[in-house]
Parts: sequence; C-alpha cells; structure tokens
Amino acid sequence: MTNYDIRKDFKIIENNKIAYLDSGATTQKPTQVIDAIRHYYESDNANPHRGAYKLSIKATEVYDEAREKVQKFINAKKPENVVFTRNATESLNLIAYSYGLNNIKEGDKIVLSIMEHHSNLVPWQNVCKKTGATLEYMYVNSEGTLDEEEINKKIVPGVKIVGITQVSNVLGTINPVKEIVKKAHEVGAIAVVDASQSAPHIKVDVQDLDADFLAFSGHKMLSPLGIGVLYGKENLLEKMPPFLFGGDMIEYVYEQDTTYAPVPTKFEAGTQNVEGAVGLGAAIDYLNNVKMENVEKIEKELMKYAMDELSKLDFVTIYGPRDLSKHAGVISFNVNKVHPHDVASILDSENVCIRSGNHCAQPLLRYMGLDSTCRASFYIYNTKEDVDRLIDALYKTKKTFEKWM
Amino acid sequence: MDNINDIYTDVIMEHSTATYNKHKIENPTTSEHGHNPSCGDDITIEVIMDHNKIKDLAFTGHGCAISQASTSIMIDLLKGKTKQEAIELIQLFLKMIKREKLTDEELEKLEEATALKNISNMPARVKCAELAWYTMEKLLTKNDESKE
Repeated sequence: MTNYDIRKDFKIIENNKIAYLDSGATTQKPTQVIDAIRHYYESDNANPHRGAYKLSIKATEVYDEAREKVQKFINAKKPENVVFTRNATESLNLIAYSYGLNNIKEGDKIVLSIMEHHSNLVPWQNVCKKTGATLEYMYVNSEGTLDEEEINKKIVPGVKIVGITQVSNVLGTINPVKEIVKKAHEVGAIAVVDASQSAPHIKVDVQDLDADFLAFSGHKMLSPLGIGVLYGKENLLEKMPPFLFGGDMIEYVYEQDTTYAPVPTKFEAGTQNVEGAVGLGAAIDYLNNVKMENVEKIEKELMKYAMDELSKLDFVTIYGPRDLSKHAGVISFNVNKVHPHDVASILDSENVCIRSGNHCAQPLLRYMGLDSTCRASFYIYNTKEDVDRLIDALYKTKKTFEKWM
Repeated sequence: MDNINDIYTDVIMEHSTATYNKHKIENPTTSEHGHNPSCGDDITIEVIMDHNKIKDLAFTGHGCAISQASTSIMIDLLKGKTKQEAIELIQLFLKMIKREKLTDEELEKLEEATALKNISNMPARVKCAELAWYTMEKLLTKNDESKE
C-alpha cells in the first residue's frame, strides 16, 4: 500500500486541494474512521456500563474492544494497563496530579528533557511548586539531540521522575527512550514517556521500552478529537488515587465514604467517550492494515526528500538532526529574515498548510535562541508532490520579501 | 486570503523593515509591554507625554512583518496627538480590523493605517495587526488609573 493509495481515503485533502503538512498538530481522518463513528451512532450507541439492556451492553463491548486494540497496538500486558483520557495532556496531568503530588517530596528531583511539549512540562512545574521538589532539564547539543553524557549527568540518585518525549514535536529528534528509562530505573526514578509524536509514526512497544507511564493523543493518529491514552504499569496504577471523582469510577458510595472501582475504570469518571474510543479503534485497524513498518517507510522517504529539497534552498535554515535515523515526523526551519507567521500566511495563499510559532515548547526555543520556527510535519497520506508544493511556496515567500530582505 | 499581495503591500513592507520608530526613549513617562503568546510577537512601547500630548513615542521588540509594520504605522499616526485623539484613533483602527463599517471621513483620519484594512480578511493575522494598538490603549488608560 503506497501513500498514493492511502491518500484516496482522506477526502478532506482532495476537497480542499491542500498540501496538508501539519499532521504533528492533528492528522486528517480516513473515511474508515468516519464510517466507524457513524456506524457506532447508527447501531451501537447507549451509555456504557450502566444499562441492563442489549444496546448498553453493546456500547460497553465496543468500548472494551477499543481498549484491547490499544493494548495490542502498544504491546501492553493487559487491557487494564490502558486508561482512556481526553488527550495526552490529560493523561500527563493525571500522572502529575495522582502520582506526582502523592509521591514527590521536598528535596526530590524531577528531570525533563528541554524538548518537552508544555503538556509534559507545566504539570511537573506545578508538582514542584506544590511539593518543594526541584525541576532540572537535560539540554540538547547543537544537533538537537541528547548526549549520553548529559543524560548521565542529570539522571542521578535523588531523581524520582524522568519525563521524556519519544519524538520532539519541534525538532523531530527521536530520543533514546529505552536507554533513558533504564537509567531512570537505575537511580530509582520512574519514567514518563510522551508518545504523542511517536505512537502515530513508529512502532511503540511499552514493554520493550519498560516505560512506567506513556501518553498519547488519538487525534494525532487518525482518530477523532477528544480521545487519548494513558498507559501505566499495573502496580503503579493500582496504588494511585483517582484523578477525577464521580459516576462509574466507584464501587460503593456511602454518605461519608466511597470505595473505588478497579483500574482502569477508577480513572474514567463520568460517561465515557465511546465514540472517541471506537474512532481510535478504527484508526488502529487502519494503521495495522497499512502496517507500522510501512508507515515508517513512507515517512522516511518523505523526510529524506524534504530534507534534500529544503537543503538546496540557501535562504532556508533547517533545525534538528540531519541524521535521518534520529529524525521522525516533523521538520523545523526558518526562511532567513522572514518571520514564520509571514511565511505561513504566504504558504497558506498557496494552500500549503504548515505550523508556525513556538509549538508549545517555549523553553526549547528560548534555549536555542529562537522566537519561533516554521514546521512541516508529515503523515502517511503525504506525497512528494506535497513537498514540491512546499518548496514552490517557499520560493514565492522569498520573492515576496526579496526586495525587503 | 486569495491575493497575498493585498496584504504584503509596499506600505506595510516599508514600515516592517523601517527602523526610525524602533528604539528606546530616554526617560519615558511610561511604557507598556505587549505579547502574543501563541506566535511570540513581543513589543514594548515607550512614550513621553507633554501635558496631555504624546511628545515622543517609540517601540522595541520583535515579531512578524504585520505586527512590526502595524506598530510603526501607529507611532507615525499617534505622535503629536492628544491622549483623547489617540484613544479615538485606536478605537477607529480596531473597528476597521473587526470589519465594522467606517465612514470615509473616519478612514481618512487613520491615514496610512488603512493599509492594514485587508488584514481583516485574514483571521489568522488579525492579532498581529492589533497588538500595538491594544498595547497603546492599555498604556494610555493605565496612566489614567495611576493618577486617580
């Protein structure tokens, strides 16, 4: 299956005649996912876990099936390791509030990479402020990667939590997560992996990584908005108190006290987002049909082509690792002397959609001495022609600004 | 926005690269910082007030061509005006950017700032054009509060 075959399933691209290069922000959805949601509402919808009638049981079943699909997709031991949330941000907040605030004490250290998205950074700042723990960062080298020396220098005894993104949403850097998790465990820390930019693009195996927690959003991998995943090791999830309280997360409720439902229901208060779970399940089916090896292959070819073509432009500066084995999904660049927002507007006038700004990673950009960058990000429906349209639009940007550069 | 050349006009490009309004002022009466967190546009406006008049006005900072041009054009327009005149012009400008109808007479008052009118067709960039004007409005009304 080629990206040209895949593209036919994404009507929005054809309908808008766009070169959609912002999948790092959110992906488009294939007909199969949209159909699955429609089918759910036309055939299976009711409130799950609550009704004694057939339809409610059906809704419960499809919700549980989706959980099993996620379990297999990330190779978790049991479906109970998978908690459905709204998105990666909520997953990471759940860990910070429920695990962080209850296990971190004054004098403890939390270590993050400087590449973290605000969603795996601000919650930990809050934990540090509330507990008196200190926050430290692993900084990138000039290539935008983490040196082993830096990792070993920062992950030392006293560190209790290590937060690491598997792929940087700004630089596209693939981090050595397995080694970082191992190092974290050696010093007695737990590792929180942000897989938002990796799970859609490369095979993620939570057991191989030995991650304690791992979070990602469905909408960055062909699913509808509003469904996310938190993976957690069983012994950790069991001991953690609930994050949100209310309906369905309970066992017995008395006037003054409550016992809670087992994991993962304990963490899924309120009526569950079955539509989202069904959509995520359909997205996983779609990706399994394409095969993750093939996803990686399509993207690698696109990234190589984009890197080669962008490198030819002497008015463009590229950020992040040039070594494609360390680079996935996204590519950041700037048009010299033109602000990224102006670039994005001119590209938009050519129906080329890219992201411009600080990509919710202000500490990284500040560390690199940048205010903002342009970012193109790819997915399985992109083609070389999309990259060509990007390059042509960049020439147009240069032409518009040339007189004033 | 179909025709990008209606946005990146000569007036806007000239102002976005011009530096004559972009500097610090010695002993300003007051200053105000403006920031668009999502895109990183970041400006500081400094002013010297002489009685009720804007005697000197300048800015420092960085941002996209639209925000830089809009700031420079605003400074040209407001320098020498009284506080009340400045506030009135700011409100006219913001009305224009919000696609509210202005009379020919009102548009005339905005002078070169009408070059930014087409930004109103480009929702993604409206904030860039507004930043300086909102910051200036805050600066002028902040002065009010401190006197009270």
